[in-house]
Parts: sequence; C-alpha cells; structure tokens
Amino acid sequence: MADSVSREEVAVISNTDITSTESENNIINTMVERGTALLRKLEINVAEAEKRTGKNTVNMQETYTVYLIEIRPAETEGGTPAAPDTLWRRYSEFELLRTYLLVTYPYIIIPPLPEKRAEFVWHKLSADNLDPDFVERRRVGLENFLLRVASHPVLSNDKIFFLFLTEEKGWRDAVLETGFQDKADSRLKSLSAMFRVKNPDKRFTALKQYSDELNSVISQLLRIRARVADRLYGVYKVHGNYGRVFSEWSAIEKEMGDGLQSAGHHMDTYAASIDDILEEEEHFADQLKEYLFYTDAVRSVCRKHELIQYELEMAAQDLAQKKQQKEELATGTVRIFSLKGMTSKLFGQESPEQKESRLAALEQSIQEGEETVKEKNTECQEFVRAAWDDIEHFKEQRDKDLREALISYAIMQISMCKKVWTFILVCILCMYINS
Amino acid sequence: MSGHTVPADFSEHMLDLDEDEDLEVFTKNTSLPDGSPLPNSPSSMVNQYRLEDDDEGKEDANTKDIFVTVDHPESQVTAIETFILYRVVTRTTRSDFDSSEYEVRRRYQDFVWLRSKLEEKHPTLIVHPLPEKFVMKGMVERFNDDFIETRRRALHRFLNKISEHPILSYSQHFQVFLTAQDLAPHRKQGPGFLSRMGETVRAVANSVRGLRSRPEEFAVMQEYVDDFSNKMCCMDKVSQRIIKEQREYVDDLKQYSPTYARWGELEEELTEPLKGVASCVVQCSKEAEEHIQHLSEVLVPALHEYVLCAETLKAVMRRRDNIQAEFEAKNEALLTRKAEQEALQEEVDVLADRMEQANNSLKGDWVRWQHSMKTDLRSAFISAAEKNVEYYEKCLAVWESFLVSQRAEAGGGQEDVA
Repeated sequence: MADSVSREEVAVISNTDITSTESENNIINTMVERGTALLRKLEINVAEAEKRTGKNTVNMQETYTVYLIEIRPAETEGGTPAAPDTLWRRYSEFELLRTYLLVTYPYIIIPPLPEKRAEFVWHKLSADNLDPDFVERRRVGLENFLLRVASHPVLSNDKIFFLFLTEEKGWRDAVLETGFQDKADSRLKSLSAMFRVKNPDKRFTALKQYSDELNSVISQLLRIRARVADRLYGVYKVHGNYGRVFSEWSAIEKEMGDGLQSAGHHMDTYAASIDDILEEEEHFADQLKEYLFYTDAVRSVCRKHELIQYELEMAAQDLAQKKQQKEELATGTVRIFSLKGMTSKLFGQESPEQKESRLAALEQSIQEGEETVKEKNTECQEFVRAAWDDIEHFKEQRDKDLREALISYAIMQISMCKKVWTFILVCILCMYINS
Repeated sequence: MSGHTVPADFSEHMLDLDEDEDLEVFTKNTSLPDGSPLPNSPSSMVNQYRLEDDDEGKEDANTKDIFVTVDHPESQVTAIETFILYRVVTRTTRSDFDSSEYEVRRRYQDFVWLRSKLEEKHPTLIVHPLPEKFVMKGMVERFNDDFIETRRRALHRFLNKISEHPILSYSQHFQVFLTAQDLAPHRKQGPGFLSRMGETVRAVANSVRGLRSRPEEFAVMQEYVDDFSNKMCCMDKVSQRIIKEQREYVDDLKQYSPTYARWGELEEELTEPLKGVASCVVQCSKEAEEHIQHLSEVLVPALHEYVLCAETLKAVMRRRDNIQAEFEAKNEALLTRKAEQEALQEEVDVLADRMEQANNSLKGDWVRWQHSMKTDLRSAFISAAEKNVEYYEKCLAVWESFLVSQRAEAGGGQEDVA
C-alpha cells in the first residue's frame, strides 16, 4: 500500500477519479510529512493478514488473525528498496501496546485502534471478525494506527513502540517489565471515580464538552448511515427484479425481444453494483469511526487533568487545614472544632511538653504538605502544558483529516453518479437500438 | 429503426460490460463506436437518439385530423350526489363533424357508456381501457387531487387512443360523445341493460359447451395474452415497490443534513465544509423526490394501463371465442337436426359471416395494438430512465460544486478535473 513515501506537498484532492486507496495514501502522506525522526528512518506497513489456529490461555483451540508488519529503511535516492524486516502481531498485542501508551503518556491523545467488533452494521455487512472484508478494513486501520503513533512528536520516540515494530518474541516481556500494569489499575480507578473539582480549568471543560458532543454527533451519523445503506440496498435489489421480468418478457416478444433482453441484463448489473458502492462508503465510515474513538482518548486526557487538579486541590486543602490547626495550637484558641480541642477542654489542658511535641509533629506535617503541594502544582502545570501542546496538534490534524474525508466522500458520490448513470444510459440505448 | 447510424456491433460491445474495468474503459472512451464524440452530459446523448425517434412520430401527427383534450375537472354537487365533470375539447377538420371545435362536459359514467357502446358494436376490436372505478386499496379518497389528476390523464389518453383508432374514431357514439351538449337523451337509446344480459347468458351457455378448437393463430394469441398479463402485473408490482423503497430511502437520507449541521456548529475550521455537505444532502433529497414524483406520474400509470389492457385483451379473446362457439353450436344443430334445414342454414351463414368478420377485425387490430403497446411502453421506460439519468446528473452537479467551493477554500494544488 504505502510503498513509497512521498515528500511532496500534499495537494488538495482535485482528481475526481481518485480511488479510496489513493485517498488513504493522501492522508498517510500527511502524517508522514510531519517528519518525525522515526519516519525519516523507517517505512512502516501492515501488509497482510493471515488466519492462525492455536491454543489460548484456557487451553482451548481458537482461530485468530495475525497481521504482518513490514519495516523498511526509508528510501534513499537511487537505491533499490531493501527487503523488509517483518513480524506478525495479533490484535490483542496492538491493544496491549495502546494500553501501555495510555498509561505512560496520560497527557497525550493516544490514536485509537480500529474497532474490536463491527458496529453500526447495515444488514448485509458481516459482523463476523473473521469475515475477509472486516479483516481487510482492520488491516488498514492497524496500519493507520502505527503511522499515527510513528508520526507523533512524543510517541514516536518511545522505546517500547520501537520494540513492538522490531522485536517479535521479546516484546511482551519488555512491556510487562515497565510495570505499567500497576499504573494501569490505578488509572482505571481514577477514570471511573466521581469527584468534584472546585476550580475547573475552563479550557479542559470546554474540550470535554466538545468531545462528548462530537461523540454523539458522529454516533448519530453512523447510525443514519447504516439505515440509509440498508434502504439503498433495497432499492437496488428491487431493480434486480426488473431485470428478471424484462428477461422473461423479452421471451414472449418478437420485435422488442432483443432490446428487452439487453436492458434486463444491464438492470441486473445495475442491481449488483450496490455491493461495490456500499463497500466504498465503508471507507468513509471508518474515517468517522476513527474520530469517534478519538473522542474517548480526548475525554480520557481531560479526566486525567481533572484528577491531577483534584489531587492538587486536596493537597492544598489539607495543607491549609494543618496550618489552621498549628495556629490554634500555638495561640490556644479553638476556632475550628476538633476532637482534640474538645477533649482537652473537657479533660483539662495538656502539659507543655505534650503541646511542644504536637506542634513539632504538625510543623513536620506542614513542611511535607508544602512539598506535596509544590509537587502537585508542578505536575499539574507540566501536564497542562504538555497536554495543551498535544491538543493543538490534534486539532490541526483533525481539521485536515476530516476536510479530506469530506472531500473524498464528495468524490465518491460523484463517481457513483457517473457509474450508475452509465448503466441506465446503456439500458436506454438497448431499448432504442433493438426495436 | 430506419435511418439509425449506430452499427450492429455496438450491442456486442455492451454485452461485454461485466467487469468494472471494462466499464471504466467504456466511460473513458472519447468516442462512440460510430465515431461521434461521447458527450459529457448523458442527457444530451439520449436526446440525440430521441430526435430520430421523434421524426417517426411527427409523421403520424401530420396526418391526424382530430385532436381531443380532457381537462378542467370540476366538482358538481347535486341533492343526490357529488361527482366530477371534466371538460372535453375537440378540434377537427373532418367533414362529418358540423363544426371544427367543440367543448362539452362529461363525467366518468359518460366515458363508461361510450366504451361499452364501442365494445358492443365492435366486440373483437381492442378498445383501450378506462381508469378503474374507485381504488380502495390505496386508501385514496375519491376527491383527492392526485386521484382526480391521475384519472383525468387516463381519460385523456383513453379518448386519444379512440381518436387514433382507424375504425373506432369514426364511430357514431364517439362523435355524439364529443359533440352533444347533453348526453342524457343519447344514453337512453339503443340496446340496453336487458339485451346485454341476454348476450351474457348466451355467452355463458356457449362457453359451457366449450370451443371445438381454436384456430392456431388465436391459440398463440391467447397464450401471449396470458403471459403478457402476467408480466404486466409483475412490472406494475415491481414499479410500485421501487417507489416505496425509494421514498423510504429519501426519508432516511434527509436525516443526514441536520446532523451534519449540528456537527458544523461544534467546529470552527470545519464548519464550512460540514455545512456544505449538509446542504448537498438537502439538494440531493429534493432531486430524489422529484424523480420519485416523475416515476409515479409517468411510469406507474403507463404500466397500470397495460395491466388493464391485458384484461381487455382477455375479454376480447373470450368474446371472439363465444362468437365461434355460437357458430359451432348452430352448425352442429344444422348437421344433426333434419327438420328446418333451410332456416338453420340461413342462421349458420349469418353466424359464419359474423365469425369471419370478428376474426378479421381482431387480426387487424392485433397488429395495430401490438405496435401501439411497444411504442407506449418503450416510451414510458425510456422516459423513466432519462429522468433517472437526470437525477444522477443533478446530484453529480451538487457534489461537484461542493468540491469547487472546497478547492477555492484550500487555494492550492490545481489539477484538471477528469
């Protein structure tokens, strides 16, 4: 597919005969153009898919698909392309990689994987994971994922990612050794926790809202698309009935017979053309789905920020409370109710030694608290800076990708119109000619 | 077709178009097999062929000497009932008409009267059918505008078919129908209900006895009529189904545009192309609705008309059979009964003549009807297909203008549009 990497400016798609493959290449070229160090060195493809059978973790036979990743050193001038290094990966390994990235770079919007199961299907499309069309679209999606990671200024430098591309056997151990799974558990907990931030960052709030709404809009589009595809399929197939009746009718007519026969034949071809048309539309649906899944990643970054913000606020609150306590203890006044204060009131004052030791403990605590707050503050600021950098990068990419997707959707509609009216035209000519 | 310039091998070329690649080649060809350039617009290509076709039609139009129109349906309310009156305008140069222009008002029942008179006088001629009485199944209200318009068109076609018929158009009843201000006195004359009953009884009696044998050509005809009737019913059903499916498709398609518009509001850079797509969908839906409208106004009535024609043909074949049966019955009587030979012989001769006349009428009219049927149906299908092509042309234009606007936005990378 992306056999040669183009260094040219990405031209606006204006060739209306462009196929979906070429359109994909344009998007890939966009990513490659960003020129990360990794992509300057390597060309990455997901070239093939293959079925395998093996024993799974509970020792049962299962059939699964593996995908061939090809790595080539980037093309040098005049040189013949070197033979690629290859390795096979299955979908679950991609998932593992992605989880690792999610945990390790919580401030980055991690590119999504193609869907695990076929969603938003219209009736004919197989929801079976082993269906060849589904596998093919998944292959494309996985390649897309790898290229997105490889073209990301931060993610492309990750060692585990590099090993994923180069180390077939040892990769799994390397990932597990990073210990990311412990962080994974706490991350999951934090994402599902309910907490309220006192001073939310308006930018992140707006972003989360945008992301939720985008999710809803794209879901709706995909649902409508499935219904429309179903209806259109029905229309074309009923025309197939026309074809049949025309042919039968031609058998009883003497003069019009040939014309009807030909027209009937073309009507059948017209009816059959719907499969290709809907398959091409599937490509657009996949582009929408990618951004649908991106909204989850965006949401995840926003939530992580909220968590950090919350922790900062908690630490600050905690510190303030301790300072308050110290002041009370030092001055002897009880402004805030505390059990200690009450008991000392009830059971008599404590001794000066006790008071001293308590003050010292508080002082220690306060110092630690101040450290914590400083750390959390830095963490928060760092997070915001890094995240916002990535968000700008994401927005730019989104605008470019979706604009191109809409354009190629229009091109596809045009080519469909041309294809279809050609069929009808031929039917008409049949009727004129043979009578 | 006379004068056609497309060579015979064109059809073979078309039958090879099974693979997509071949089709691509076809569309990328810059000329037709006969050398003329492939036009960018498919409609213009069709028109090219259409013009040649029309020339044939024009010849007939030049020899036409009577023109009838049915229009201006108006509701009439009396104490007893409400009905629709249609205006029937006739323009003619025929000498057997006193004037050259007539305008009368007729209701549906008047048309029914005319048709039954024509069938009575010419039992084995193929008299074009009338639109149905009142269709319950579609839940159509009798005075619904669409129903009235559909009926008006069908009545117009009916009178035109009669006026184009070489025999029927000279019928006295036809003339009276077109010219008499008040049809009521004429409707009371002539063999009425009772005589029609008598004929029916005789026909039933004869058919019980059954036909000795049908002449070969009429047997073939009968078979054709049965098959044709079948095919027309299928066509009718398929066409109605297509319209239904397309209506549902358009209803769902329309839902795209508010969703795209909603998305446009969420975005900044993408607002413009998203709203563009929303607008494209709206326009394409409109075109689709127009296309569906045309189908239901042109193709469906044409097909339905020939479903009714098929029934007419069956009735004609039955009547012809009855005439033959009557003759055979009398003839048998002549052969078996020894008394009344002379009287019977006379009757047999009369019936024999009647049968021969009936058969000849039918044979002659059959050829005329077949030709007319082919023209009508071909024209209906071609018209529907043309409208279909137009629909795709318009949609294509909608999306192309969207692309142009996007290119203008981007400003860079100019390449020629293929």
